[in-house]
Amino acid sequence: MNSFLEILNSNEIDKQDFISACSNPNNHSISDELKNEINELNKKLKYETHDLPLIFIGMGTCGLASGAEKVKSAIEKELQKLNLKAQIIPTGCIGYCAKEVIVDVKLPGNLRISYGEITPNDIPKFIRKTIVEQDIYREKVLGSFGNGVEGIKNISDLPFFRRQKKIVLENCGIISPLSIDEYIANGGFKALNKILKSYSRKDVVDDIIKSGLRGRGGGGFPTGKKWEFAYNQNSEIKYLICNADEGDPGAFMDRSVLESDPFKLIEGMIIGAYAIGACFGYIYCRAEYPLAIARLENTIHLCENYGLLGENILGSNFSFKIKIKKGAGAFVCGEETALIASIEGKRGMPKPRPPYPVISGLWGKPTVINNVETFANITTIINNGSGWFSNIGTESSKGTKVFALSGMVEFSGLVEVPMGITLREVVFDIGGGIPNGRKFKAVQIGGPSGGCLPESVLDTKVDYESLKQVGAMMGSGGFVVMDEGTCMVDVAKFFLTFIQNESCGKCVPCREGTKRMLEIIERIPISYKGTTNKLDQLQRFKGIIHLERLAEVIQDTSLCGLGQTAPNPVLSGLRYFKEEYESHLFDRECHAGVCKELLTYKVITDICNGCGLCARKCPTEAIVGEAKHPYTIVESKCIKCGMCIETCRFEAIEAI
Amino acid sequence: MVELTINNLNVKAKEGMTILDAAKSVGIKIPTLCHLSNMMPTGACRMCVVEVSGTRGLVPSCAYPVSNGIVVDTNSPRVRKARKTIVELLIENHPQDCLVCVRNKNCELQNFSEQYSIREHRFSGESKCHAIDISSASMERDPAKCILCGRCVRICNEVQKIGAIDFTNRGFKSNVTTPYNKGLNVSDCILCGQCILVCPTAALREKSSLKEVTNALNNKAKIPIVQIAPAVRASLGEEYNLPLGTNVTGQLVTALKRLGFKYVFDTNFAADLTIIEEAAELQNRIVNNKTMPMFTSCCPGWVKYIEQNRPNLLNHVSTCKSPHEMEGAVLKTYFAQKTGLKPEDLFVVSIMPCTVKKFESERPELSENKLMDVDEVLTTRELVRLFKMAGIEFEDLPESEFDNPLGESTGAAAIFGTSGGVMEAALRTAYFNLTGKELENLELLDIRGMQGIKESSIKINDLVINVAVVNGIGNIKPILEQIENGTSKYHFIEVMACPGGCINGGGQPIHQKTEKLIKRVKVLYQIDKNMQNRRSHENESVKKLYDEFFEKPNSHKAHEILHTTYVDRKEILKN
Repeated sequence: MNSFLEILNSNEIDKQDFISACSNPNNHSISDELKNEINELNKKLKYETHDLPLIFIGMGTCGLASGAEKVKSAIEKELQKLNLKAQIIPTGCIGYCAKEVIVDVKLPGNLRISYGEITPNDIPKFIRKTIVEQDIYREKVLGSFGNGVEGIKNISDLPFFRRQKKIVLENCGIISPLSIDEYIANGGFKALNKILKSYSRKDVVDDIIKSGLRGRGGGGFPTGKKWEFAYNQNSEIKYLICNADEGDPGAFMDRSVLESDPFKLIEGMIIGAYAIGACFGYIYCRAEYPLAIARLENTIHLCENYGLLGENILGSNFSFKIKIKKGAGAFVCGEETALIASIEGKRGMPKPRPPYPVISGLWGKPTVINNVETFANITTIINNGSGWFSNIGTESSKGTKVFALSGMVEFSGLVEVPMGITLREVVFDIGGGIPNGRKFKAVQIGGPSGGCLPESVLDTKVDYESLKQVGAMMGSGGFVVMDEGTCMVDVAKFFLTFIQNESCGKCVPCREGTKRMLEIIERIPISYKGTTNKLDQLQRFKGIIHLERLAEVIQDTSLCGLGQTAPNPVLSGLRYFKEEYESHLFDRECHAGVCKELLTYKVITDICNGCGLCARKCPTEAIVGEAKHPYTIVESKCIKCGMCIETCRFEAIEAI
Repeated sequence: MVELTINNLNVKAKEGMTILDAAKSVGIKIPTLCHLSNMMPTGACRMCVVEVSGTRGLVPSCAYPVSNGIVVDTNSPRVRKARKTIVELLIENHPQDCLVCVRNKNCELQNFSEQYSIREHRFSGESKCHAIDISSASMERDPAKCILCGRCVRICNEVQKIGAIDFTNRGFKSNVTTPYNKGLNVSDCILCGQCILVCPTAALREKSSLKEVTNALNNKAKIPIVQIAPAVRASLGEEYNLPLGTNVTGQLVTALKRLGFKYVFDTNFAADLTIIEEAAELQNRIVNNKTMPMFTSCCPGWVKYIEQNRPNLLNHVSTCKSPHEMEGAVLKTYFAQKTGLKPEDLFVVSIMPCTVKKFESERPELSENKLMDVDEVLTTRELVRLFKMAGIEFEDLPESEFDNPLGESTGAAAIFGTSGGVMEAALRTAYFNLTGKELENLELLDIRGMQGIKESSIKINDLVINVAVVNGIGNIKPILEQIENGTSKYHFIEVMACPGGCINGGGQPIHQKTEKLIKRVKVLYQIDKNMQNRRSHENESVKKLYDEFFEKPNSHKAHEILHTTYVDRKEILKN
């Protein structure tokens, strides 16, 4: 037997018993022959028994970007050259993006061993060591799945993984995202089977309410409550939408789930649809995620073949279909009413709420919209029980949260941590701290709606309320670490520019207000040296005076969450990094050395040997001097292009 | 019923009502900008924000339903601060040229600026820059003045269902424009000007013909003649702050005379003439089994619509020129002949409640011997500007009578200005023509009023004539589809592009008083009621015109001068 589909086609078993027969054939009245075949298949799919060596390659977008495709073809070539046979299995992302390309090798009867930062150059040696000599390629070993190999740590004991708790990401990077059989063999669709058999729709809703699961898209609205509202709506047609329009700068949690474990998402959606009574679902995914969309299409197709989507799912009287809707890349379409408008074929602009989508959403029907990560939690809650789930986390925030850890941190990647962990633990324990011996400055949480938190609040717990209290928000899970080389004014400028580009332009405060805020912030790092126009300088100060008022009004009056939270990066900057703003304003200095206009370029006379190279490269002839004597930079002529610093071979020029 | 507190007042409101309406019911005014009554709120402008207990931010009162026990503050410092800031933000991205703006003193943004005591530019910075679209014959689009409230977009898309304009781009670069940012002249626009009526600023406005008209008035070689559409007299007083629904016909004539027009005629005369011709055409179509149903052709917006969208149905449209074009044609033929004036010396100006009439007057089909029937069209608003320039204090003017012979009219002509009026007038005459008897009950209530599609049937001899009145071009689609499927039961259909008819035309005074339509309509029906002659065929001057010039309705000569042809604009727009 090659596939569970054969069981379905064998007619030996009811559709209702299909899933349980896949994992537990012995409990069903089927022929012994079939039982054996199923058991064999299960072992094969779980990679418990196999004849060939298995080579797993992390081929999510992060892996591909690091060259997984090249590594794969190098492996194939090498195997061919040595006339070796092995099974290559592309997987998703295990989250340890800093170590991509990650290649795991599992020899028959041995543990699966993970290797990181593999390049095509490693391959000849790597294959010889691991496959031919059946040894360990110690140079690049990360760890083993399970204990027992001498000198190698269990991968879950690595600092990066030790503090994590994987619910959403449990299968990511472990199983093949392309194979529905692998998913089923690893417990997939058990939850769906369970609810279809023994849960009423209300039971599911209640279970999710009890679990305390809150929306992972940013707002943190209790998922069960949302489902309950929709459940209570008396409408023949209801819709369920998965919001996969992930757009925060530096956030890639949803992408990873879509690419690495799409079946989990689909199963969660089917359960959600059952609970609220939806017959049709959409996955709104941004078109910039081609791999995710391709995997989703494959997933939906397979689920339809297996009778897990479509009419009378698993022989029940529940029917549900899913369609993928590609978003054209507007950030605001992550806002639920704008997303609905976009699906309806209209311009993606938010609408005032109430009416909320659960009352009147897509095409005017009750609609539940949940984020990818939210849906990915559902199966585990159903399988392990709401009590199990609500034991994880804090009083108000249950379960785990996936963060996309990026920026100035040793180990960037995707981490799933239990709620209640402190920011410090995430940055320093999991992320391994700041590289190159530099100092930590801030962590930006929650994307453009979030805030920058300094060292002083690093002991804040990760939960919805605590983060809000310190001026950030959970957001969708962007977690950008910044070191001392980051200028907070520059960061505010970056996020406001982002908001300006992504504002839909509907409501006045967001469209006009954030533009003015951006202009005010842009004027801060301007030196105005040499300008005779006093008005410019006056405008700069006037802007600062009105900045907070403007920010408050934007928060207070904007139509949707995008605008309401747009001032957050500036406000949290003013709250925690006021001195930095002030030094820009009053001293006209940028200590991080980022704001070019405020820098002064100087020759360090002790080092300069007067080679004159910089003077020849300077586009404005601002560097003068005599050969073999230290040169000088004429400040009034300098345009701060930085060419001299790049040119100097002796590091004799500094910018302060 | 729901009980809530607004500004410490206990208010009872109906369930489903918005805070805005609930506040209005107790005399609390909340400022709005993007709000259009009777339409779904969009919540775009945020001017109407109020403080509601238990909510995080401020909420838009136009979209927020009342609920039991909520406490609303519409005028807290927080609310005032927010509104003021919003007005400031809008002003910063708006040209600072109020003094030379056509909407100076009638601009909602300007009013807000004054209301919120804005005295300095606190958030100055970049402002948007767009070219003015002057491509169409009737209207100008000035996107730099647009504050993106979206009212025009909704009127065009949701009420008129034309969809000539919509939002493009995002964020600060947002713009309301035509498809591919091309000119209005090559868009689906029918130039009805409903968007102008809802525009809070001068981003949408008529194309001015004031210069041409003043030049003609100053030109000694020209004989300036003016005619006034029925709807103008019912609305012009509003521009002089007279109560809504004041009939100013007499003063209008005096004022026009004082402006220097040699003759002041009434388009109502031609309306009667139109009815004679149209009734004869209908009769001809019925008797000879020709293409049915027949559409009226008075409304140039409707004509432009069918030319652009359903040219295959053009033979359903009556070939009669619209009344003011008939009046112009008669002036340049019969009147010139009778008075011995040279037709080329006559300069005919139409005062119209309409913007499309400007486009219509430039149609090459509407000319006699290469002389345009009508030389210029002024909207009601433009005429007021002309009066004000000339120092004419409207309120104190004595009344005068129209010149004759093209000044006489009946009650049937007066109601041309409102939806259903043309149909009512036509039926009064058609009944007489076909039966030889007068219709007893003149007032056909079925086809009066503001519904989108109004129906009636009238028994003439053995034939039951089914008629329909399409009130607003947005309601036309099902009617056209019925004709295309061959399921239409109608004989005669009146179509007016503007909801309510000409009294709500795109050239009428701009203000957002909701009861304006009803009041203006009342004026026209009152004129009809007070008339001795209420049927077009009773117009003595028209009778004389036939006796002396046209011989009989639909004669060869009448066809040459009073009828027109249409063009397939779908083909033209394609290229």
